Amino acid sequence: MQTLRKCHPETLDGLGYPAGFVHGLLDPDCPTPALVAGPNGKAADKRFNVYRNNVTVSLIDALAAVFPATMRITGEAFFRAMARFHIRKAPPTSPLLFEYGRDFPDFIEHYEYAQSMPWLADVARIERAWLDAYHAADAAVLEAGPLALIPPERLSDLVFVAHPATRIVRSAYPAVTIFSANRASDPVGRIDATAPESALVTRPALEVEVRLLPPGVDTFLDGLIAGEPLGNAAATASTCCLEFDLSAAIRMMLEAGAVAAIQQGG
Amino acid sequence: MSKKSTINAAVLAGAVAAAVSSLAIAAPLSQEQVKAAMDAGKEKCFGVALKGQNDCAAGPGTTCQATSTVDYQGNAWKFVDGGTCTTMELPGGRKGSPEPLSRDRPS
Repeated sequence: MQTLRKCHPETLDGLGYPAGFVHGLLDPDCPTPALVAGPNGKAADKRFNVYRNNVTVSLIDALAAVFPATMRITGEAFFRAMARFHIRKAPPTSPLLFEYGRDFPDFIEHYEYAQSMPWLADVARIERAWLDAYHAADAAVLEAGPLALIPPERLSDLVFVAHPATRIVRSAYPAVTIFSANRASDPVGRIDATAPESALVTRPALEVEVRLLPPGVDTFLDGLIAGEPLGNAAATASTCCLEFDLSAAIRMMLEAGAVAAIQQGG
Repeated sequence: MSKKSTINAAVLAGAVAAAVSSLAIAAPLSQEQVKAAMDAGKEKCFGVALKGQNDCAAGPGTTCQATSTVDYQGNAWKFVDGGTCTTMELPGGRKGSPEPLSRDRPS
């Protein structure tokens, strides 16, 4: 799919029909592929442009569907223009549209006209994580019962299996507050743009849930998801953040359904 | 919690016990309850979702989730608990319906 961006007329002869057709599909500066012709062999520039337009609009619509809060923040015109630039730079690599847009947050981070909204990329990261969580495999979540049965001396070496839907998004900005405010339909109030926030995205049953993580809990859960034993993850988190509350962190982990099972460490 | 490089086993056990017991009281849905709720069935309910809040979140290309453009859009649906759809009373005397409605369509 890398060839999508290039329009090499000189190599067109060697390409099959689909590969030849997509040449210049997303780039209006590229000529209509030579193998596309109208009735009686006439040039098909207008016809190809209709197709080109449909492809571009449908991809912009896909990004708008994945990133509704981002679009609410920027406004529709800004968002669609930004999306168009991204589509031309990074066309889909999968035929599954719901997988599209994983590179979009990084694009937003460097997008010239979005520099005045430094939190925007992180809001988009939460939105992309939301959809990934939605499509993640179903799995039961770890409940309090089995954890309560672990003998105290084995707790420190306990290793957990992350739930397939679990995602953590860390932001230097209040991305979770901005995300939540803009996913709701109510008017958005004033938001202090300086407080860093981390999001925990989970899907314990049917609904995707996004939580704001207190200080240290992001570090704690990041460690657990990476396979660190409970004792290590707790130590790292309490070292980094004085206000880290281990009991509240474990409670949140269970409540959110962030882990699927105990993998029995040690 | 003070600065330490390791966590005391007693502290850890205490934290786990506190977390587990507080959860037991708060008692979120157990796996069985969730399953029961799913077996009992959420049902599609048309005409009850606020704009942009409708369900079917399968993503772009396969979805209409969060795409309704007016409140209580008649052809947009949301999952509700089975059996509750038509009992919902909405502003303006509207009711939900298990079938698409012709009211409140976007112009």
